[in-house]
Amino acid sequence: MNHFDDLPLWAACLIAAFLFIGSGLTLIGSFGLHRLRSFYDRIHAPTLGTSWGTAAIVLASITCFSMLQSRPVFHEILIGIFVTLTTPVTLMLLGRAALYRDRVENNPGVPALDPPEGILDQSSQTDKSESAQQDDGKPE
Amino acid sequence: MNRIFPHPLLMIFLIIMWLLLTHFSLGQLIVGSAIAFIAVQGMAALQPDKPRLKRWDLLLKLTGIVLYDIVRSNIAVARIILQGGKRARKSGFMTIPLDLRDSTGLAALAVIITSTPGTAWLDYNAARGTLLLHVFDLVDETVWLDLIKNRYEYLLREIFE
Amino acid sequence: MSAAILLWAITFAQIALAIAMALALTRMIKGPRAQDRVLGLDTLYVNSMLLLLVFGMRTGNTLYFEASLIIGILGFVATVALAKFLMRGEVIE
Repeated sequence: MNHFDDLPLWAACLIAAFLFIGSGLTLIGSFGLHRLRSFYDRIHAPTLGTSWGTAAIVLASITCFSMLQSRPVFHEILIGIFVTLTTPVTLMLLGRAALYRDRVENNPGVPALDPPEGILDQSSQTDKSESAQQDDGKPE
Repeated sequence: MNRIFPHPLLMIFLIIMWLLLTHFSLGQLIVGSAIAFIAVQGMAALQPDKPRLKRWDLLLKLTGIVLYDIVRSNIAVARIILQGGKRARKSGFMTIPLDLRDSTGLAALAVIITSTPGTAWLDYNAARGTLLLHVFDLVDETVWLDLIKNRYEYLLREIFE
Repeated sequence: MSAAILLWAITFAQIALAIAMALALTRMIKGPRAQDRVLGLDTLYVNSMLLLLVFGMRTGNTLYFEASLIIGILGFVATVALAKFLMRGEVIE
């Protein structure tokens, strides 16, 4: 690893700390995914890896390449922005899919759609709401 | 101005992204600007709702608050996972009535809630304005209600509405 | 000195991320339901993306960055498509 030799000690310690935090958080998140009991608990676990797990490793990479090339290198921040923007989309879609499947199968421990009078009152007035589509799917 | 450059922020962001992916030079700046210009025209053809930002200063404050909360909840969730079953923990669903109606604001709230470990956005009922959340550590419902309503939603309403 | 610290930290990060990938993979294989498998796949994608970033730091080569960006994009599209499929594909309407 000869290209690391010209890094100053403080930069090496900073990068090592970021790597330690990032990979540790990601590992804890995946461990939670492996260990937790219900799906809705498990959906929280990967967010550890996608929030500060990714951020810390991206910061480590930025510091490392900026020091190695002795000019600021920022392109890794694109991965951070990208992951921050896409994770909510995937997790929301997955959560809604799981909720929909559990409701259709009438599994216990899942909140029912809504009080029926609310559906009769309001979802007839709206035309584009997703919840109106889900009302059809629920067997009563 | 508006006809030629319909989405100036998006265009600036695309140019910056292009320069980050390649390298900073005049040639890349010209190519990136051309590509951003074409992409913005395509975006305008889709005619999206234009988000209106009212308070730039509060956006920075919100970003700071969210970053701090993400650090805090990272530590909290990591501790719960590592402690295992030693501590009694109750996770559950909760419904929150929202007053926020702006779609950009709702999108921002969804990103905040989902990227914070410990809370997951599951469903939003647009007709009634209620949000279905799953909370990892649901000790006290009022704490979470207070967090969403007063900490995030208040600021988002100030920014977008 | 700094090379030793960095080498140790990068090796630790690589091992931790590899274990994380293995855990996500077991969740993907074990199930029990389809949404658990998709969640496992999504975590696997994110973990491999981070592992590639660490590989890039180890070799000092920025080419790994592009690979990890592509993996991130593919993972996003795959998870969204699978979640959409779970919502409408399997359940009889």
